[in-house]
Amino acid sequence: MSRILAVDDSSSMRQMVAFTLSSAGFDVVEAPDGAVALALAQKEKFGLVLADVNMPNMDGISLVRALRSLPEYKFTPLLMLTTESGPEKKQEGKAAGATGWLVKPFNPEQLLNTVKRVLG
Amino acid sequence: MSIDLAQFHRTFFEECFEGIDLMERDLLRMGGGPGGETVNAVFRAAHSIKGGAATFGFAAIASFTHHMETLLDQMRSGTRAISDPAVDLLLRATDALRSLLAAARDGEPLDTARVAGAQAALEAFLGAADAPESTAVAVPAVEQAYLIRFVPAPDLFRSGNDPLLILRELATLGTLETRLDLDTAPAFAECDAESCHMAWSLRLLSSHSRAELQEVFAWVEGSCELDIRLESAAAPPAAVATTGPAVHAVAAPTPRPGEHTVGDGGSIRVGTDKIDALMNLVGELIITQAMLAQLAGALDPVLNEKLLAGLSQLDRNTRLLQEAVMSTRMLPIDSVFSRFPRLVRDLAAKLGKQVRLTTVGESTELDKSVIEKISDPLNHLVRNSLDHGIESPEARSAAGKDAVGTVTLKAAHQGDNILVEVCDDGRGLDRARILAKAREQGIACTDAMSDAEVWQLIFAPGFSTADRVTDVSGRGVGMDVVKKNIAALGGSVELHSSAGRGSRTVIRLPLTLAILDGMSVGVSGEIFILPLSAVIESLQPQAEQVKRVVHQGTVVRVRNEYLPLVDLRQWFGLSGKSRPLHEAIAVIVESEGRKLALQVDELVGQQQVVIKSLEANYRRIRGVSGATILGDGRVSLILDVGAIVRLFSQAQAA
Amino acid sequence: MSTTGHESAKPTEAAAPAAPDEFLTFTLGQEEYGVDILKVQEIRGYDTVTRIPEAPDFIKGVINLRGTIVPVVDMRLKFHLASAEYNEFTVMIILNVARRVVGMVVDGVSDVMQLSAEQIRPAPEFGSSVNTRFITGIGTLEQRMLILIDIEKLMSSQDMALMDSVAIH
Repeated sequence: MSRILAVDDSSSMRQMVAFTLSSAGFDVVEAPDGAVALALAQKEKFGLVLADVNMPNMDGISLVRALRSLPEYKFTPLLMLTTESGPEKKQEGKAAGATGWLVKPFNPEQLLNTVKRVLG
Repeated sequence: MSIDLAQFHRTFFEECFEGIDLMERDLLRMGGGPGGETVNAVFRAAHSIKGGAATFGFAAIASFTHHMETLLDQMRSGTRAISDPAVDLLLRATDALRSLLAAARDGEPLDTARVAGAQAALEAFLGAADAPESTAVAVPAVEQAYLIRFVPAPDLFRSGNDPLLILRELATLGTLETRLDLDTAPAFAECDAESCHMAWSLRLLSSHSRAELQEVFAWVEGSCELDIRLESAAAPPAAVATTGPAVHAVAAPTPRPGEHTVGDGGSIRVGTDKIDALMNLVGELIITQAMLAQLAGALDPVLNEKLLAGLSQLDRNTRLLQEAVMSTRMLPIDSVFSRFPRLVRDLAAKLGKQVRLTTVGESTELDKSVIEKISDPLNHLVRNSLDHGIESPEARSAAGKDAVGTVTLKAAHQGDNILVEVCDDGRGLDRARILAKAREQGIACTDAMSDAEVWQLIFAPGFSTADRVTDVSGRGVGMDVVKKNIAALGGSVELHSSAGRGSRTVIRLPLTLAILDGMSVGVSGEIFILPLSAVIESLQPQAEQVKRVVHQGTVVRVRNEYLPLVDLRQWFGLSGKSRPLHEAIAVIVESEGRKLALQVDELVGQQQVVIKSLEANYRRIRGVSGATILGDGRVSLILDVGAIVRLFSQAQAA
Repeated sequence: MSTTGHESAKPTEAAAPAAPDEFLTFTLGQEEYGVDILKVQEIRGYDTVTRIPEAPDFIKGVINLRGTIVPVVDMRLKFHLASAEYNEFTVMIILNVARRVVGMVVDGVSDVMQLSAEQIRPAPEFGSSVNTRFITGIGTLEQRMLILIDIEKLMSSQDMALMDSVAIH
């Protein structure tokens, strides 16, 4: 099974995401910002990318846009983890090519349900 | 599956406190000026804290931070000016937030008044009730039949979505009947495998609301034709739109190219216990290496050329490894310096003075354990500079100086030491006043003393020149405490001053507390280590230099000073007879401004030693601060010069 | 609540207060002693010891045990035995007690003995060198009589002067 890339500048959030997913048997790679995530994604094809929106260096939306333009990530699920429940950020994310989003705060169950949903 | 979120709390709190420090630093940098990039960084920090707090179940913190975030969001999007009142309010809020976090982390009592005050002030400032959006979901209990028409746009796959997954999700909400329409599909030959050419007519029997059904399609909204209606309803609804509660407009994120943030560039968090374990192992390696070097010294260099070359290689690599491991414990001193803009700002306002703080060498790194202990002494020195050094704006102008005073914090490496300076361009130390105060407080002094000696009086216990006790400084906790704390770190303090031009305090510290520059001395066949920083000189006393004083023991005269002489053999109750004094060696040591001569048999040498704990398996010993392992594998005790000086003067006074 | 069969714990095994049944035996003067083998880390020859100030005579000093500073007590001195020589036959038992490492010099180490509950009798009120409050019982095996010591209690006690009083619980 291909691996999941979890991108968040908050290490506690990253820990939570990684722990939850690896407890469920997924293989998770972590990145602290969009720039690192992009570099990692160019080295290895991930099956799913979960990205926070507000991050230093490269924010989640720019990351999604950059990833979607790569041939390997044309159809890969790219999810945004966003605290903005308003539609603007979601639309912006969608326009950049995001598959969908998960609104913070979420608990491990919600995260797992969403991940299972996109991975089928 | 149940995951205990508490396991992430430690990281969460660490991150929050880092975030608050960053917010504070940037808010001070923003102070009135154009915000630009900085306001974005502050917003991001508040935003992260809010998100984490909500995730990890700290509702009060989340709700409090939400207000800060809202204000910051307005500031970064330009709908609100970056004004002093706004910055002040946010600074106040960071204090309250710190209190909230400390209460949540340590169960410390919450400063309710501060938090409530800051929250009320924020709410008032924001003008309206800006509560975090709440979502109320009405759940119709009855099962209804929905007819759904779902026509994905051809490019649906390109967003990583898959209609089948959506249908599967929909099926979890009730009983789903699906019918695939291929009417819209082009001829097979024209099919583009990357495009979606399918359409579905669905019938769902579900007790969920229409909004919940729509939620399933939320990700593909705009990338499909969607019509959801009740089977019983006659007409389709006018429009399908999800209008979420738009609480505040969010400006398009501006890219932040080249912004320098501390800690990026791929770092990981490692527990200090792991680093300490690594440090211990390197200590072992150094000892083993020294042992080998000692053994190799006895070998014929010609016959053992290759072995010796290998050993010298080992020596080099060991040292490099030691440096590398030590560097992992190093933090930039900025983590201490960054607390001062706030302190200076608040204090200057309180004292009615105008003060500019400049910092130099913030990126200078030093050991984490030293960093933690240097904060209080620096705090004291900066307070002193503001309170006693910098004059009022009027006095400064009258003296032809810039009305705004300057306090400078400086850090730099010098060999194996680090120098930290606190300088001000204030009035300087007042020689006459210090002498007068010293006399008043019964501290021995003469008018003939050099300036440097007069400045040393400031370090006498209990010394204070403040005529009135202000709440800024001069509470009796004086420079003696600063000096003692620095000495406890193996460092020293020097004062320089120039009347009317300012004063400068220089703190010299070792780079690390794990390794000590020591002088080894022999007493009764045992080797003791003295911290080199405490040793002034050593000499072989002539008979006429030594005197026995009734009730005072022996004293030795060193350059017009009579210093108490402590025979280490006696002090430690070691066996063997003391040598006659003129064959022994007196090592003059100093701590907290008091000097003492230690009588030893011989000086063995100077070396760096790795400090080991005695208390791990044994108990504390008076006058001993720890132990180390010598090159031959033997244990040697490290003397605590400060404690010996204190104990001896007590014994003398008794 | 779920009432699955997964909770079939084994309370009988866990609850048994494990009285030590393997003892390292050593001699001090005419007497033979035994300590719980689980408290023994290793046995070494007597090393050069660094003397420490303000210590009673039976605390010989400290040694470097692979990088750790370990205090050494000479039980022969502690128990006021006639002779306490240090030569190549002098042995030291390295103990692991109360999360600390302590070296203990004795006259000689004999062997490891297994004792069943029937072979252990309560400590009589007779005068051995060791204070009876540190004796857990008397073990007998054929002709040998073994004084069993609660070494952890003894080493943590105030009269051994090995720990700061605050460290004693």
